[in-house]
Amino acid sequence: MTGVAAEPAAVTVVEGGPPPVHRGRSALGRAGWFVASVLVVCVLWEAYKVVGSPDGGSLFGARVLPRADDASMPHVWEVLRRFGRPESAATDSSSVAVAVLEAVWFTFRVAMAGLVLGVLVGIGLGMLMDRFALAERGLLPYVVLSQTVPLVALAPLVVGWGGRVHIGSMTWRPWMSVAVIAAYLAFFPVAVGVLRGLRSPSAHSVELMRSFSASWWQTFRRLRLPASVPYLIPALRLAAASAVVGAIVAEISTGIRGGIGRLVIEYSREATSDPAKVWTAFLGAALLGLVVAGLVALLDAGLARYRPAS
Amino acid sequence: MTAFVSLSGVTKTFRGRAGDVTALSDVDLTVTAGEFVTLIGPSGCGKSTLLRVVADLTAPTAGTVTVNGKTARQARLDQDYGIAFQQAGLMDWRTVVRNVELPLELRGWDRRRRRERALELLELVGLPDFAGARPAELSGGMQQRVAIARALATGPKLLLMDEPFGALDEMTRERLQAELARIARESGATVVFVTHSIPEAVYLSDRVVVMSPRPGRVAAVVAVALGERTDDTREAPEFFAKVTEVREALRGRAPVERR
Repeated sequence: MTGVAAEPAAVTVVEGGPPPVHRGRSALGRAGWFVASVLVVCVLWEAYKVVGSPDGGSLFGARVLPRADDASMPHVWEVLRRFGRPESAATDSSSVAVAVLEAVWFTFRVAMAGLVLGVLVGIGLGMLMDRFALAERGLLPYVVLSQTVPLVALAPLVVGWGGRVHIGSMTWRPWMSVAVIAAYLAFFPVAVGVLRGLRSPSAHSVELMRSFSASWWQTFRRLRLPASVPYLIPALRLAAASAVVGAIVAEISTGIRGGIGRLVIEYSREATSDPAKVWTAFLGAALLGLVVAGLVALLDAGLARYRPAS
Repeated sequence: MTAFVSLSGVTKTFRGRAGDVTALSDVDLTVTAGEFVTLIGPSGCGKSTLLRVVADLTAPTAGTVTVNGKTARQARLDQDYGIAFQQAGLMDWRTVVRNVELPLELRGWDRRRRRERALELLELVGLPDFAGARPAELSGGMQQRVAIARALATGPKLLLMDEPFGALDEMTRERLQAELARIARESGATVVFVTHSIPEAVYLSDRVVVMSPRPGRVAAVVAVALGERTDDTREAPEFFAKVTEVREALRGRAPVERR
């Protein structure tokens, strides 16, 4: 589970993003800062291994510092080297790097499917709640409540329901359950963000549209939607991170093969004999988070003109 | 002279937590075609509400409103009026020219015709070089010019303005007043203008409607006949006489005719 816990942190590094002051900085400069921050983490890791106790640090019987021995914290170079070696002892085994990348690609596609579904549902709910006060009063509490249901409790349920779904000739595939769970986490920030964004135009702007005798749809397309972009982008960042976490946790709790979540579990079983291996899976999960965050950043750059002028 | 806007017995009551508030009480007003009428009065006298009733942005509780021989609602649907508020209310994500094009776009004008018309209007308000700029790059006064150009886009016969120069500095304000007087004269549009400023009201108007609060009603009407407005108008004795007359009316000791 450590890999999952590390995930949001990995996303946040990029997600926090450059503050406005840095906006003018070149992409190259930003990449430089990113590489530097990775190096700092590596140096801190190795430094702790030098000073830390192999048994970790305990306070009143509870371990507060991790063990610094090679089985718990393999050297950075051990982990990197592990990527190049075969995954298992079998003769036709591919390298760990290939296995991790394949798993990342699998989870990426599932998380993206979940993100798209979640964003569509979120936008739909946000529009519905914006349009009808009754829908807001009736739905919003459930929307909030939905996020308090523990994912691990929900995942087996979704898989169970999915098994009974038959839409025409389409049969329900296990990855669809994972995508649905990812969507379940992703829709929430989008729904709330869209609701706030659609309501962000001032009363005067709305009246102006009314004075032009604009229809509801015209007002939506030309005023409310563009005005909600500044609310939608942060919501998308959260949704993207949630979709990745949701996909990984769902893979683990439903036991679906092929994704990075499953790989974390498989590799961690070998942690005693091959400690570096599980860290390759963690890094794979971090890579996934970075790629997804990068995609949202690209979208943000594409929609720059809708950002409020500073 | 035909009546372009006429209100009779217009009453507007807002329901509040602390009881009902009467914003307008039995207001009768007629604005003839081509006339420039200013509504002036202290805060809470209902002048903005009156304008919003004419614009069909709010419905009167009682009374009838006729605009261009139609109901206020029909006049709004036919876009018989253009409106400008104290906030320019430009869309940040559109260029200046695209902001002016907005009402034309909503009316389904094709791209080339509306661009042509918008550029013409930017010329009229003195901003021909800023068509491609973003609203955020413009000063407050320039933004307000764009808002006026947008209000004029569909060539409305009625212009409704709610303190459009309220947030501007005095110099910019006087310059825009002169331009508005010119635009109103050239276009022959009927204008209903709301302001707090007595000199602004006198400078711009053919008639100044003085309103008093609680409940909002018409206290006096001051006719202003100063001929064509120039920079000298502001320094003419007749101008000051009218300013005094409006001020007296606002104070409630009004030796003026009641309409």
